[in-house]
Amino acid sequence: MTYKLEDIEIRLLLEALFVRYHYDFRRYAAASIKRRLRLARENLGFETYSALQAALLHDPAVLPRLLGYLTVQVSEMFRDPSYFLAIREQVIPHLRTYPSLRVWVAGCSEGEELYSLVILFREEGLEDRTLFYATDINHEALVKAESGIYSLDRLQLFTENHRKSGGKSSLSDYYSAAYGRASFDKSLRERVVFADHSLVTDAVFAEMHFISCRNVMIYFDRDLQDRTIGLFKDSLARKGFLGLGAKENLRFSKYSSAFLDFAHEDRIYQRRAE
Amino acid sequence: MTAPAAVVIGASAGALEALSVILPALPVGFALPVFVVVHLPHNRKSILAEIFRAKCKLQVHEAQDKEIISGGSIYFAPPDYHLLVETNYCLALSSDEPVRYSRPSIDVLFESAADAYGAALIAIVLTGANPDGADGLRKIGEAGGTAIVQDPAEAFAPEMPGAAWQACPAARPLPLAGIAAFLLGV
Ligand SMILES: C[S@@+](CC[C@H](N)C(=O)[O-])C[C@H]1O[C@@H](n2cnc3c(N)ncnc32)[C@H](O)[C@@H]1O
Repeated sequence: MTYKLEDIEIRLLLEALFVRYHYDFRRYAAASIKRRLRLARENLGFETYSALQAALLHDPAVLPRLLGYLTVQVSEMFRDPSYFLAIREQVIPHLRTYPSLRVWVAGCSEGEELYSLVILFREEGLEDRTLFYATDINHEALVKAESGIYSLDRLQLFTENHRKSGGKSSLSDYYSAAYGRASFDKSLRERVVFADHSLVTDAVFAEMHFISCRNVMIYFDRDLQDRTIGLFKDSLARKGFLGLGAKENLRFSKYSSAFLDFAHEDRIYQRRAE
Repeated sequence: MTAPAAVVIGASAGALEALSVILPALPVGFALPVFVVVHLPHNRKSILAEIFRAKCKLQVHEAQDKEIISGGSIYFAPPDYHLLVETNYCLALSSDEPVRYSRPSIDVLFESAADAYGAALIAIVLTGANPDGADGLRKIGEAGGTAIVQDPAEAFAPEMPGAAWQACPAARPLPLAGIAAFLLGV
């Protein structure tokens, strides 16, 4: 088989990124990585991927800029409201039976999903006994997540989603608006640990009762998806829950037998007891 | 000419009527996979696969992430996700930003398919009121694929096939019936 020159360059660039900085994108779904690398190359002003690679190797300042292209920070609060409704109505009754809870939002981006869950847990009276872990590989996204500030023009959608998710309070109770920005209340972060963590290269770090990992694995190839699902299996307490994105599922996974299809339409799985 | 291995179709305003001429005409035994991106209003539940399943002789699916491509199947991009073709002949979805206000984006599908199939691709841009698909069709043309646009003179909305034709002057303008006939002949 002969490789296109561009594909050779991309492979080498991803290898350089891994060896030099330990960010491993080598087993991400190739078509979409390629598209985003092309955008990065064009917008950062490089003629070839080899030239981008040379700059990346010699100038660490290129790294965050490249990562900004390689990771996709598209999110919403209460994205797919029915997912959050299913958590509220079906998962919460189980979680209520535990005296203390750990929840992991893996690939939390700029925090939209995290705050959605914290608010939901507060509404359901479980926040006080829960510790939330919010992790991502994009450090700049984590910093934004920790600040909890969003452009005010996004709040209409967030509010609508929150209502559809069965929200028992008004979203405006949780933020203050000024200068076109909505700042979410710092009390929402009191029980949250933010941490850099890669689902590709890092390991299990605590036993969880609920893991929400949405629209992250969709960017991985099948083998990497499977590795990640194995990581979640090992992190979950028996009968713990795993929630995925609307287009993600465990069907092709070799670990699928370790999970129960708990809320099929909303992609919520339960770790089996054995 | 390289034997074609796949068909990609993009359509926007007027898509349902146009696709209703082309897709139901494909006969049992049609060997190529067909990937379709249609722009729909936001946040609608997907209806395309259902609508066309009832009308078509081929298998009709809403594309799933990392699904292996099978010939003689029609795959629609789900609403609010980009559809891409991987070089190892499986499909991929992504929730990247909309491209030119569109998700799914015709350009995103076309570019990835150009990469995966090269000259063995047939690409068709149908009716629509925006320029999505033009960049993608140009890339498909550059990769040696077969580019077709719905004749803007008969299209419900001529802007999209017009822009694609301009970006890829080698594209053949055909009326819907001609496109269906062309596909039957491959
Ligand atoms: C499309 S966002 C999803 C945000 C949110 N979970 C949601 O569904 O709205 C994908 C996130 O996954 C992160 N990500 C990508 N690869 C990762 C990895 N290997 N480990 C952890 N997070 C990763 C990206 O930085 C990005 O923040």
